Amino acid sequence: MADPFLSIQHVRKSFGATTVVEDFNLDVEPGEFVSFLGPSGCGKTTVLRMVAGFEEPSAGKIVVAGKDITRLKPNQRNVGMVFQAYALFPNLTVAQNIGFGLKVAGMPRADIDARVAEMLGIIKLPQMADRYPYQLSGGQQQRIALARAIAPKPKLLLLDEPLSALDAKVRVSLREEIRSIQKKLGITTIFVTHDQEEALSISDRIAVMYGGKAEQVGTPFEIYNRPATKFVANFVGTLNVLEGTVTDAASGTVRVNSQEVALKGKLNGSKSGDTLSLALRPEAISLGRQPGRDSSLSGEISEVHFLGSVIRVRVGIGGNTVSLDTFNNSATPPPAVGEKAEISFSSGDMLVLH
Amino acid sequence: MKSGKFWAWVVFALGAAYFFIPLIATVEFSMRMRRGAYSFDAYQIVLGDPRFQATFGYSVLAAFFTIILGVLIVVPAAYWIRLRLPQLRPIVEFITLLPLVIPAIVIVFGYIRMYGSNSPLPFLATDMGTNALLVIGYAMLALPYMYRAVDTGLRTIDVRTLTEAAQILGAGWGTIIGRVILPNVLIAVLSGAFLTFAIVIGEFTMASLLNRPAFGPYLQNVGANRAYEPAALAIIAFAITWGCMSLIQILSRFAPKSANRPN
Repeated sequence: MADPFLSIQHVRKSFGATTVVEDFNLDVEPGEFVSFLGPSGCGKTTVLRMVAGFEEPSAGKIVVAGKDITRLKPNQRNVGMVFQAYALFPNLTVAQNIGFGLKVAGMPRADIDARVAEMLGIIKLPQMADRYPYQLSGGQQQRIALARAIAPKPKLLLLDEPLSALDAKVRVSLREEIRSIQKKLGITTIFVTHDQEEALSISDRIAVMYGGKAEQVGTPFEIYNRPATKFVANFVGTLNVLEGTVTDAASGTVRVNSQEVALKGKLNGSKSGDTLSLALRPEAISLGRQPGRDSSLSGEISEVHFLGSVIRVRVGIGGNTVSLDTFNNSATPPPAVGEKAEISFSSGDMLVLH
Repeated sequence: MKSGKFWAWVVFALGAAYFFIPLIATVEFSMRMRRGAYSFDAYQIVLGDPRFQATFGYSVLAAFFTIILGVLIVVPAAYWIRLRLPQLRPIVEFITLLPLVIPAIVIVFGYIRMYGSNSPLPFLATDMGTNALLVIGYAMLALPYMYRAVDTGLRTIDVRTLTEAAQILGAGWGTIIGRVILPNVLIAVLSGAFLTFAIVIGEFTMASLLNRPAFGPYLQNVGANRAYEPAALAIIAFAITWGCMSLIQILSRFAPKSANRPN
């Protein structure tokens, strides 16, 4: 296997007595788009800032293209970065902002102009060259910030929650644009976000972070469908968590509210009598018995929310509540609160959390 | 409501009268040099006086160097405190306020003792050295105004993010301060510069005790020996100060509009 382009090795960061990043490890392949996903305070921005050079690791090292950059100053790293607060220079025009890094690098004026024009074309704002940042919308400013970051052809692009300050519609279109530009240029990118939808939709891989550690690193499909820890399962997507007791470890049978579910050997070493947390995604559950679904649980409908195209139903199963969505069907009235209901699912979709 | 408005106008009129009546009286008096008619004779005499031109020119030059020195000291200091040492801000603010508390006469006597011809740093042994000491003293007198103006300017921009954005694009400290920070606080720096100018033009104590041919001692000298010319000089000095203040207002309209969100 080829060496990774970016390698973060056993990195730790402490501020006084507080450790915000603990033994963080990650290898990123050339051209890969990796997202750091996690709640506020999980250390994702600190790791990004260490890669940028704004924070120095307390331990560990950071290697880019085979070169140890751990102690290099930010202006010696050839890394591009987009900030949450845009950080465009208010006194410079759009063209001057984009050309800033090129001018600092001593590029001839004609080359700077050509590169700025190329960048404005890439971000589809060719007519904005002479505007000042205050004359642009938030989305436009962030696109200029992206153009400014990639203009000097950095080895690595760092995006620190670049979409958080934008409204929902712009956020969706801009994230697609960022991904498309990243793919076109083939630039290795680290994207920090607390928005799971953003991370799932544009990443090659996601590092889900919690408490200064990477809880799981995997593709969006793996993170969503095979969460490695309870935190990842809860943080990414909506999840129904059921408490169950192992009744027969050998056959993989679990009891949930006095009903048995066969998990077919997914108990990961649990013994009979152990209590387990079992998780089911809402889309893996159907109301009523459905063909192809080998497991079922009975309960009582506790809530029904009519949302137009879908109906969100909550079913109480003993002390557990399971949430699921069903499509609205004009021929069938929605279920009523208090009705007895049976939910069905494939035992293969049920996850055992650790 | 109406009565409130009435009293507001009364207070305004009283304030305006307090400000304008002495000014008008001074203008009126300064124009009575020629018997029986108003004239600008006093102004002509003052403006034609070679000592006026020499002392005013000296003070303008001193103000120019004071501003340069003040900017060189205050801008990097205020920037660094905002960026890296915010915990030192109260201490630095206190230090910058000291010139308002310690009388100039105390400072200048301190200078004379510290930098006399027999001291290891004999600033006062030469004219050039004394001029330099005067400029240093003026920079210190203007410190409360310059520091506050620059610090207020820095508050309007996201210093940390702009610095980091410039750093990651390859900029060193000189480029960051010269191309990113200074242009964005230029109006604040100019405000501080004009306040410094106004202070230096009218300053008497330091210039007099250091025996420098500045405008302040000239004003005092003319005031002690003439009748109408001091009034004309007072009006000229007032016009210069007011002109400086107006320039601050005009220039502030050209301040770069910040597109960055504050911290």
